[in-house]
Amino acid sequence: MSEKKMLDDQHYEEMIQEESICINDNIVYEAPKSALYDTPMHYCPGCGHGVVHRLLAEVIEEMGILNDVIGVAPVGCSVLAYNYLNIDMSEAAHGRASAVATGIKRVLPEKLVFSYQGDGDLAAIGTGETIHTCNRGENILIIFINNGIYGMTGGQMAPTTLPDMKSTTSPFGRDVITMGAPLKMTDLVAQLPGTYYVTRQSVHKPTNVRKMKKAIQKSFEYQKQNKGTCFIEVVSNCPSNWKMTPVESNKWLEDNMLPYYPLGDLKTPDGK
Amino acid sequence: MKELKLMKGNEALAEAAIRAGCDAYFGYPITPQSEVLEYLSREANNRTGMTVLQAESEIASINMVYGAAGTGKKVMTSSSSPGISLMQEGISYIACAELPCLLVNVNRGGPGLGTIQPAQGDYFQSVKGGGHGDYRLIVLAPSTVQEMADFVGLSFELAFKYRNPVLILTDGALGQMMEKVELKPQMSREFKELEWATTGRKNGNGRVITSLHLKPDEMEVLNHHLQKKYREIEKNEIRYQAINCEDADYIIVAYGLVARICQKSADLAREKGIKVGVFRPITLFPFPYQQLKEVASNKKGILDVEMNSGQMIEDVRLALEGSVPVRFHGRMGGIVPSPEEILDKLEEKFIGGAV
Repeated sequence: MSEKKMLDDQHYEEMIQEESICINDNIVYEAPKSALYDTPMHYCPGCGHGVVHRLLAEVIEEMGILNDVIGVAPVGCSVLAYNYLNIDMSEAAHGRASAVATGIKRVLPEKLVFSYQGDGDLAAIGTGETIHTCNRGENILIIFINNGIYGMTGGQMAPTTLPDMKSTTSPFGRDVITMGAPLKMTDLVAQLPGTYYVTRQSVHKPTNVRKMKKAIQKSFEYQKQNKGTCFIEVVSNCPSNWKMTPVESNKWLEDNMLPYYPLGDLKTPDGK
Repeated sequence: MKELKLMKGNEALAEAAIRAGCDAYFGYPITPQSEVLEYLSREANNRTGMTVLQAESEIASINMVYGAAGTGKKVMTSSSSPGISLMQEGISYIACAELPCLLVNVNRGGPGLGTIQPAQGDYFQSVKGGGHGDYRLIVLAPSTVQEMADFVGLSFELAFKYRNPVLILTDGALGQMMEKVELKPQMSREFKELEWATTGRKNGNGRVITSLHLKPDEMEVLNHHLQKKYREIEKNEIRYQAINCEDADYIIVAYGLVARICQKSADLAREKGIKVGVFRPITLFPFPYQQLKEVASNKKGILDVEMNSGQMIEDVRLALEGSVPVRFHGRMGGIVPSPEEILDKLEEKFIGGAV
């Protein structure tokens, strides 16, 4: 026993020495302090929501728009987004976030408004609101987290569930003959004249995280210029309901989701 | 000088909304209330800068109202029965999040797609909840085009006083018929920042408009708070009209358009020597239980008349607790009863026929 304890003490000493590199001069990254509450998130380990929340908070702080931005939370896993983002927020009914955002933006046009929605919310029950919001070219940002499944209710088939992908309501795999093919909402809204910037991003790798941050920045810049609807799809994961480890889920995302939902801009101001 | 105009009920209501300094209207066409959206589309924005948006559905309309009302602006929508049914989910959210706003239901005959003629079949939906959960709207029932206009300003006043949605429950006839109306002067759209409203963060902490409280003990506390507010509304906001009730032997209870028809029935009755008064609840929630009980005490009988199969009669019976005989006459499907018909029924049920 006493030998074990000695080893532990020695180990602890070494750890303290290692920690000495944690000094102000060495800090390369800090969590956003104003736009993000210092509280643990309820998201499952490896889930993309936390990353996107953090990116939003970073952009909001860096652009100095903390008091100018109003967010709309959806129904789904990110229903409690307002517990993490320290900004004014409104919690919408399932699928109606873009209508709620429209209402806010129409009476406060000088504010920057975004909705944050999942695939069940935006592409199933809220399809009508999504399309008409984009078609009217509402000056808002829509962030669309697509992980191909209903996460909060426990892994049911979503409109974006891949062909043959298993879920609790497609236990033998999604049969596109009877259940339809996965809906590519982003391709759809890119066709509408009201959208100004439509892009598909991911946050499963550091490079993609950096690109996603740029997409958020651009969208708020365009909104300041009243350019129309900006729409960012984030192809994301759901380790819990995909029944994978976080690492496995990111690999699966790359091998299966990205071929069906290829990353990149679908509509940009210069027409590319 | 008085500003008098000859206007349709729907248009008078829309004009009153502009003059009340309403900031935004979100709506969807449906007969018999499309004139509200049409009139506002034509008149509102260029006069006061008011936002008028035709949404893709009533579901979108009510959620736009939710979003806009959350900023503390004066916001409204209007529709008719099937469209109001579509809005119920959103209304429940609005009531729970305690957002002030004005809703207008120009009631038509139902159920289902029904008819486009006037009816009162949405009484239960309006006063007993409508959507899911324990909530109440403040419900005002105009009976003239003048009241269609006057109740707009009153509704906004009550909505902001109690942070509660207010419903004007009217019908297809009042919406469509033209009458002389005295218009109020234009109010400014001056915006007052409200502490709870989400207009962009103030003082370092994000504000949240929500109806989600996952912890049951917190949800119960919120429910108690709402119930306390409804009791307060019941204490302060009851409105009703008792017409020639003092010496009457019989009272007709009716709301909205029907109450007006019943006044004619009461006049006809008095010509025949039958003393009839009319009791008209103006607020359907809160319902004037005590006031009706006092007016109806020692009367020979109460006739409840509605353009439905008998909905408000449940509240009339609750008010009277069996102290006076209550009978019912109703027409459904968009049929409006005539004054003579109502008098015939009163005589048949209380005088000529068996009670």
